[in-house]
Amino acid sequence: MSELKSMSDNTPNSPERRRFIGAAAATAAGLTIAPGVILVEVAHGRSEEQGASSAVRWGMLVDATKCATGCNDCVTACSTENGWTPVAESKHAKQAPQWIRKLELQDPLTQIETNLPMMCQHCAEPPCVDVCPTGASFKRADGIVLVNRHTCIGCRYCMMACPYKARSLVHESLNDTQKADVPRGIGCVESCTLCVQKVDRGDGNTACAEACTAAGHNALLFGDMNDPESEISKRLRELPTKQVRADLNLNLGVRYHGI
Amino acid sequence: MKRILALGAVVLTTAALAWAGADAQPKAGGAPKPVITKAVKGEQCVEPTDIMRRNHMEFLDHHRDQAVIEGVRTKKHSLKECINCHASEKTGSVAAAKDDFCVSCHSYAAVKIDCFDCHSTKPQGSVAMHPLNAETAHYKHQLAAQANSKVSAEEMAGVAQ
Repeated sequence: MSELKSMSDNTPNSPERRRFIGAAAATAAGLTIAPGVILVEVAHGRSEEQGASSAVRWGMLVDATKCATGCNDCVTACSTENGWTPVAESKHAKQAPQWIRKLELQDPLTQIETNLPMMCQHCAEPPCVDVCPTGASFKRADGIVLVNRHTCIGCRYCMMACPYKARSLVHESLNDTQKADVPRGIGCVESCTLCVQKVDRGDGNTACAEACTAAGHNALLFGDMNDPESEISKRLRELPTKQVRADLNLNLGVRYHGI
Repeated sequence: MKRILALGAVVLTTAALAWAGADAQPKAGGAPKPVITKAVKGEQCVEPTDIMRRNHMEFLDHHRDQAVIEGVRTKKHSLKECINCHASEKTGSVAAAKDDFCVSCHSYAAVKIDCFDCHSTKPQGSVAMHPLNAETAHYKHQLAAQANSKVSAEEMAGVAQ
């Protein structure tokens, strides 16, 4: 128990330490590359040597009341960041990658329409991890559910187990079109990674949430659900939110408001 | 009759030996030796060259598990950094042409690499814009001279950019 205590004290993600690092990085990382031009490096949440910490739980709040009809910006941003071909451009639409999808739902009784993005819900108890025969599907310490492509055999049990239809298989060779930061390839299952490359870089946001904010909708909010001071935790305390298929008791990392 | 048979046997044996001898002679040069081009960036690899040649797969294997499972993304021993330094100037890749860094040795050793089914073979961004090229542009022509290869006007234009 004492070990756990000391770990949580030393964690670089404690708010005080993070604020200090942020301030230090803001002053130290400002590098003048030419007169009048300053290159400011983004403050890192944790050092390179530091692995993902279980003191953090990354999550997302989707405000469906703000999600706009016809807007597809989050999907486009995800495809650009992670280098997957959008369904419209895919040769085989049924095999197209499904990292994030935009859903437009209508209540048959009241005709009310709801818009929301659907992706990997980053469950605390992920069924995909339970069924994976090789251990390739796993949950990282900070709550991000990932596929280790080095051990994935492409059996697709996880795709069947996922209640959210969040995973897809890469059917054909990608012929070196991948992004350097996002390895993905033939014969492996893939899904939303909560932009793990951006999280590890210290960006503190995902491509979809950035795009949603840039479009002025502010329907997506990404953050640390374990940090009571984080924006997402504050909003989760204020807004009534739901988990999709809450009956499954999976403790989701993605929460929806207005559904 | 016996004599003829014996003579036949001797002739056949001699022919067979001559044929075998011809085959046993090595072809000129043998299999083409791998082309090892000096990395564009930096003077020394993260480990001594002989250790890297023998053990790079172990380093990569260890690093990949650390990076994927633990989220420890150190630069040393990262495949991405290998690519950043060793991408060929011609193709901008470590595995696009048969002379590119990774492929060159691996085809010589007849060891198939699966890395690039999933990993990009190119550094992030275009080759001309990549920081390693920007930093080292001033001595690129020296390296090119050492490698005894001609630098085309196009390549020099690429460097100037």
